[in-house]
Amino acid sequence: MAQMKLVEALNSALREEMERDERVFVLGEDVGLYGGIFGVTQGLYKQFGPERVIDTPISEAAIAGAAVGAAVTGMRPVAEIMFIDFITIAMDQLVNQAAKMCYMFGGNVSVPMVIRVPAGTGRSAAAQHSQSLEAWLMHIPGLKVVCPSTPYDAKGLLKSAIRDDNPVVFIENKITYNLSGEVPDEDYTIPIGKADIKREGQDVTLLATGNMVHYSLKAADELQQEGISCEVIDPRTLRPIDYETIINSVVKTSRLAIVQEACRTAGPGCEFAATVQERAFDYLDAPIIQIAGMDVPIPFNPKLEKTVVPSVEQIVREVKALF
Amino acid sequence: MSKKENLNQWFYETMLKIRLFEEKIIDVYARGLMPGLAHLYIGEEAVATGACATLEPSDYITSTHRGHGHCIAKGGDLNKMMAELFGKKTGYCRGKGGSMHIADTSIGILGANGVVGGGIPIATGAALSSKLRKSNQVTICFFGDAASNQGSFHESINFASVHKLPVIYVVENNQFGISVHQSRHQNIQDIADRAVAYGIEGKVIDGNDVLAVKDAVGQAVAKARSGEGPSIIECKTYRWRGHHEGDPNQGARYRDPKEIDDWKKKCPIARFEKYLKSEHGYTDETFKATRAKIQQLIEDAVEFARSSPEPDLEVALQDVYYEGGRN
Ligand SMILES: Cc1ncc(C[n+]2csc(CCOP(=O)(O)OP(=O)(O)O)c2C)c(N)n1
Repeated sequence: MAQMKLVEALNSALREEMERDERVFVLGEDVGLYGGIFGVTQGLYKQFGPERVIDTPISEAAIAGAAVGAAVTGMRPVAEIMFIDFITIAMDQLVNQAAKMCYMFGGNVSVPMVIRVPAGTGRSAAAQHSQSLEAWLMHIPGLKVVCPSTPYDAKGLLKSAIRDDNPVVFIENKITYNLSGEVPDEDYTIPIGKADIKREGQDVTLLATGNMVHYSLKAADELQQEGISCEVIDPRTLRPIDYETIINSVVKTSRLAIVQEACRTAGPGCEFAATVQERAFDYLDAPIIQIAGMDVPIPFNPKLEKTVVPSVEQIVREVKALF
Repeated sequence: MSKKENLNQWFYETMLKIRLFEEKIIDVYARGLMPGLAHLYIGEEAVATGACATLEPSDYITSTHRGHGHCIAKGGDLNKMMAELFGKKTGYCRGKGGSMHIADTSIGILGANGVVGGGIPIATGAALSSKLRKSNQVTICFFGDAASNQGSFHESINFASVHKLPVIYVVENNQFGISVHQSRHQNIQDIADRAVAYGIEGKVIDGNDVLAVKDAVGQAVAKARSGEGPSIIECKTYRWRGHHEGDPNQGARYRDPKEIDDWKKKCPIARFEKYLKSEHGYTDETFKATRAKIQQLIEDAVEFARSSPEPDLEVALQDVYYEGGRN
């Protein structure tokens, strides 16, 4: 086991996969010489050279499309879109092309590609550099959507994403990049589509992704002092969703609070809430609640920015109100 | 000093305003007074200044993430700009936009932009609107060399060309998209060459020469106003600072310090001072006096920003939809 930051865990996953499989290559804006603006691709250019670590022009549609084209012809591209906000520019290639090919072509074509996207608030980067757009991607059959919250999960899931034969969007919460955690020295993977119970509890299930996992864990500590035992679940994959783990937890606790940075309307929580009430209605002792980002663009001012996404305090308050 | 009264003095004051405004940002950013990202324009002042010199207040511009210079040259209010950078209630966007999103539609500033290439179609649409409204307005669309690789650039210029729209695409070729040198992001040296593909005129000029910028953009503006359609004016220039203030060692990871020094020798302001001295009898004293005057404006703007209140928290929930305007 080694202690490393999430950004380093991602970096080592990329490095090891590139060493293991010659078909794996990295492309994106400033991923080469500069090492990625968040440092995820640091050192790869030096080790693997400009042919396998490609600094692209600022052309998101072409980055995503080039990944699709390379993937269907035998390579395993890992593309970086600098901020999830700019995935909008790549959406045709991702949604209409990559996600559809296997199905449309009768199951004869695989598109083994990964698009990595930093997402979320916390850096005063304002409305066009702070969004949480995972619901857009969860809505598309044919895509897989992964969203780790710890260094251990990040490394194991990125390896699985790279080895997967389908297009995977890999969402990295910017605020978690510097978070440290234990990561095994040996090769390991974490299966896509498998949730993780981050804390066991009896009274209420908190379902959270990204940085909200850490907020939920803090809230769970505080709630414990007040006699409320929280189970915290990180789905880790947002498509496909591991409902078995989630439903089992809700059957045990009878209460569900979904915690997300994404804004509320038609966000990920709507999917969770709808399916859980369908499958576990009889076990619920309270309405399922969503503790979500507000339905506004992300403001620049740091105090305003903080108010529009959930805080530990808000989680504690809203969960307490369920009892 | 207004453009009409004394254009040379306006050039000088405007470039200095941009320079001193941004030198102040270096300081307040380092002291943690300004959150978020600060992409500085130092070294490129002649482009915005020369280009905006050709515009009427009713004309439009679209700007970029590196937008302070455009905003100042188009007549933006220094107090409201600085307050916005500080995230204050009195800022242009009530503290909700920050450095990358300053807009003032009352003087034709249709917005800085956090999306590279995001302003190019908007400028094209503003020009379309002017044509439909027969308003005789033109639009200047500012963007960088690397933005010319976005689909939005190609789609917009083709559109504008076909419909003969009154828009001038001003490329600020500072040779880098973050860390990627132009030679590694496109296989041409002159982006203006791309004009050929769209059947319009393209021109390359020295972007550190405010007079050359003004002449070339002025001709393109005249053409656009008379219904002859769009042009590309490419201004060769250089950014002195890192991509943004947080860029380690001001971009030394991907730039030779010697290159930066060489470009500093081509400072657009020093160059214009030389011209004013030799051709218009300016002296070091006049420069000093102007500098002191502008410096005071900047200090006032910082004081205004610093002493302004933070926005109330409910401001975060307002303005998702239009409620009739706030000014
Ligand atoms: C669509 C999009 N992709 C990537 C970015 C990140 N980014 C911000 S500025 C920049 C470089 C822009 O270079 P250029 O257009 O030449 O302008 P300059 O910064 O040199 O003024 C990049 C890649 C972005 N803001 N928007």
